Amino acid sequence: MEEKDIVQQLDSIEEFEDQPVPEEKTKSLKSFVQLVAGEHIAGTEFVIGPMFVAYGVSAKDLFLGLLIGNILAMLSWTFICARLAVKTRLTIFYHLERICGKKPALIYNVVNVLLFSFVTGSMIAVSATAVGIPFHIDMPGLEDMLPTGIGWIITVVIIGSVITVVAILGYDIVAKFSGYSVPWMPLVFIAGAVAVLPQLGVTSPGNFWQVANEKIWTGVPFEGMPKFTIWHVAAFAWLANTNMHIGLNDTAIYRYAKKWQYGFASAVGLFIGHYMAWVASGILCAAALGVVTPGVIAYNSMGIAGMLAVIIAGWTTANPTLYRAGLAMKIILPRYKRWQTTALVGLIIIAMAIFPGVVTKLMNFLAFYALVAAPVGAVIFMDVYLFPKIGLISNYAEYSKSSFNWAVAVTWLFSFVVCDVLHIYFGIEGFEFFLAVPGWIIGAVTYIVLSRIFQSKHLKVAGIK
Amino acid sequence: MKTLFKIFSFCGLGLTVVPAFLVYHAVLDMEQHKMLALAGTILWFVTAPLWLGRGPTG
Repeated sequence: MEEKDIVQQLDSIEEFEDQPVPEEKTKSLKSFVQLVAGEHIAGTEFVIGPMFVAYGVSAKDLFLGLLIGNILAMLSWTFICARLAVKTRLTIFYHLERICGKKPALIYNVVNVLLFSFVTGSMIAVSATAVGIPFHIDMPGLEDMLPTGIGWIITVVIIGSVITVVAILGYDIVAKFSGYSVPWMPLVFIAGAVAVLPQLGVTSPGNFWQVANEKIWTGVPFEGMPKFTIWHVAAFAWLANTNMHIGLNDTAIYRYAKKWQYGFASAVGLFIGHYMAWVASGILCAAALGVVTPGVIAYNSMGIAGMLAVIIAGWTTANPTLYRAGLAMKIILPRYKRWQTTALVGLIIIAMAIFPGVVTKLMNFLAFYALVAAPVGAVIFMDVYLFPKIGLISNYAEYSKSSFNWAVAVTWLFSFVVCDVLHIYFGIEGFEFFLAVPGWIIGAVTYIVLSRIFQSKHLKVAGIK
Repeated sequence: MKTLFKIFSFCGLGLTVVPAFLVYHAVLDMEQHKMLALAGTILWFVTAPLWLGRGPTG
């Protein structure tokens, strides 16, 4: 009886997967600030900050590059993602189905679930590396591909299970949990960095810049690493979350915003998580003499509080990502409830996170993810904003009662192939992320041209030339 | 009561960050800073859910 009650309660959680979010269900600005601030302070910030140190970024290039990249990311979130999300109040998954039909949407959703699962799995794996230090569990290094023992597997299963349960309980629970960790998390990064400054020779604010240039961001890459410039840093900061902003996956979250201007709330998360935290974790890496393992650098500077920060930082990012994956899986398996599809994805993610290699390949995977998502974002953006103005039919698959809109499928494939060719022939090491920009533009142009061709039959009937 | 929880919570945040600055000024050592940061963390997470997100604007 009790079990039946729980299932009934879970069934009753309404997340508007296949309908617009009603006005009365929209959320306040405070709710958004809490969510996005937590979302962009992930366990992986402890990986990315040291990466800039290892790639020989100079102090000036880092500080300026992060400023440029994060401003561009904030503008992308606001003027592309949030604006469209508030206009349509639909998830990208359901919206895409109306534009391209069930079959291409299904393919995109399968790819998305896999990509979401990979990202969430890496968050869980980073969190799990932190647990091993004080409890003396045999934890793998980030270069390991296979699990090192039963201790690691149990840790991953426990962390993954908690994250899955919280994601199942819906957006309110996710926002609430992020809210509790938001004010505390940035302080842990700040405190850790400040505490190790004397070890690096910083004795006053006046000599910070000198130490930063000589001992932290020296401009000299580690052996075997390529050198990153200001433009690498800016491109990475802007486009590391391509799938979320110009790829429009964050419409799942921003469709709950009362106003599209709430997109500017992303700046809170970005400048804390993708600026301050990357700077702080770079300092921690330098103080740990070049060690880049998240758990180690956090534990060295903050003790158990640092270890908890790595776990919770992974957790607060993994939660919204798993939530999105659950929504994507719901489109693939429409007969099941969202909580059931989220639970299924949770199981897949736990299985992936057991293999610590998911973290090693995170950067390559994020770049691939950006390439997959950018043209799809362009298709939806053009469909909503440009098509009504130039006489083309929006939501064409729904209009023509088709299950396969070839214009979208060909656009997606063409954009992906052209960007790969660009990368093979003109690619500059470390600039893989920047391909999302030509990917978006090629996707937009191709979709307009192909839609003009594929819609011609219906346009003639409708009397549109 | 809510005010009291808030005071405890902000004390928790203070304990998390202030000792780091005392390490910077050589008033505390790293071990003391780590212990105080842990105490601050516990204090924050025990008391914050008792008031954060509750009330008329929640």
